[in-house]
Amino acid sequence: MEPIAIISIFVLAVFVGFEVVSKVSSTLHTPLMSGANAIHGVILVGAIIVASHSETNLELGLSVAAIILATINMIGGFVVTDRMLEMFKGKKKEAK
Amino acid sequence: MSTFVYDLIGLSAGICFILALKGLSSPKSARRGNLIGALGATIATVVIFFYAMPDKNGNETSLPINNLGWILGAMAIGTLIGVPAAKKVQMTQMPQLVALFNGVGGGAAALVAIVEYLNLGTDATTAEVIATVFTVVVGCVSFSGSIITFMKLQELMTTRPVVFPGGRFVIAGTLVAVLGVSGWVVVALGTTPLLILAALSLLFGILFVLPVGGADVPIVISLLNAFTGLTVAASGYVLDSTLLIIAGTLVGASGTILTRMMAEAMGRSLFGTLFGAFTAKPQEAGGAAEERPVRSGSPDDVAILLNYARRVVIVPGFGLAVAQAQHTVRELADLLIAKGIDVAYGIHPVAGRMPGHMNVLLAEANVPYEQLAEMDEVNPTFGQTDVAIVIGANDVVNPAAETTPGCPIYGMPILQVSNAANVIFLKRSMRPGFAGIENELLYDPKTMLLFGDAKASLTKVVSALKGL
Repeated sequence: MEPIAIISIFVLAVFVGFEVVSKVSSTLHTPLMSGANAIHGVILVGAIIVASHSETNLELGLSVAAIILATINMIGGFVVTDRMLEMFKGKKKEAK
Repeated sequence: MSTFVYDLIGLSAGICFILALKGLSSPKSARRGNLIGALGATIATVVIFFYAMPDKNGNETSLPINNLGWILGAMAIGTLIGVPAAKKVQMTQMPQLVALFNGVGGGAAALVAIVEYLNLGTDATTAEVIATVFTVVVGCVSFSGSIITFMKLQELMTTRPVVFPGGRFVIAGTLVAVLGVSGWVVVALGTTPLLILAALSLLFGILFVLPVGGADVPIVISLLNAFTGLTVAASGYVLDSTLLIIAGTLVGASGTILTRMMAEAMGRSLFGTLFGAFTAKPQEAGGAAEERPVRSGSPDDVAILLNYARRVVIVPGFGLAVAQAQHTVRELADLLIAKGIDVAYGIHPVAGRMPGHMNVLLAEANVPYEQLAEMDEVNPTFGQTDVAIVIGANDVVNPAAETTPGCPIYGMPILQVSNAANVIFLKRSMRPGFAGIENELLYDPKTMLLFGDAKASLTKVVSALKGL
């Protein structure tokens, strides 16, 4: 990829990242952190890529470890965030 | 599948992540936001299996991708570990689980960078090596740092800042070593220097988090979360994956903002949080203060006081979370409401182990939403409040934050419980809060203290109140 394309993607993503969370209430800080945490679990894609072109046992072993860790991060992260938010939702229903 | 289609699908996953973060920023759409994020991650993961990646020489590889069994097996193991952990965790222990998830993400990113480095060998361009070095360093710091925050929150180790003589020189020395070895890796291109670099980075992560006090740990978790995001972006560069660059940068940027907002809610500067333990002066008059008389009461005294109140504000804090007393506190509130007493919960933005943690805990105990009052709402009403019950909180009601310039929490907004006619503290001991400073309010004549575990004390108060 062209370096300028990568830099553009990076800079634009920084601004989008700043903008989308700039007005979050403190109530949601924990779920937001947890959700963002789950999103970086997408490193799983990277782990799968390196595993698929691993040639030595060392490379394969390390990438299998990376896949396990990344899967825990991604799936566990989304599940725990959902559990947190489920409670917020239940509470609102009751209030009505 | 052509590269174009693959990138297009990757872009749609990236859009999902943006919508997810946007959704998570507002209570109404938060749950949907999280699900959109999960959808994006699923799309990104599934599509990689149907894309024949070009190999090092640019030739398309054949499907199915190599080592498919290993890959699927590893994903199954990860799922078997991650899902039960996320499903079974007590809500009070949720912050440390988030810390742990973040840590393993950082570790995964570091491993990916190491494998890619081994694979590329001498073919790697300087830019790729620099990105690899960045990923390994920051990923390892995030990993070991998160493990330490996990241990602090799980109370496997002290929650107080750990400072040893010359600590700052050791940290500075380690940082210099990390930077030095980074340079060595870029110049010498060897596996050994890279592994030394990983080890040094792990050490630095531990040293970096050790001096942080318990109350500031959430800020550090958020910061490490942003770090992990950036490592994902850097490994996206090495792997030539636009999606990883987008997702990682999004998390890095939003995590940085979130970290700053959390630090602001606590009235702390980020710098003070990370390096405060080195500059903090020893607390004066700590020993002498212990001798001063306090008014401690029995559960019956507390029950009588509550029984004749017209308005009661409950201020929950760390102690309530630790004692898992959220269900008992709701029982107390229901009992008071049944007696016609006006009850509200005063929630400090950083009450609990993470900002917003207390809302999650009370929601778990089915506390009605309209009883939860945010700090700005509840503060003007303390003048008309007969009793404020502070349950396992200390720093968030400490008037020193408003009256004593120079104390560590000066400037942090607090719940002004001192304006209430009576204040009841449920505490385990006279030990100061996480910030380690004396609370003058404890010695105020209108303050009554009820010592003991928050849950046990509350249970006694509830049964005393039922007897009245």
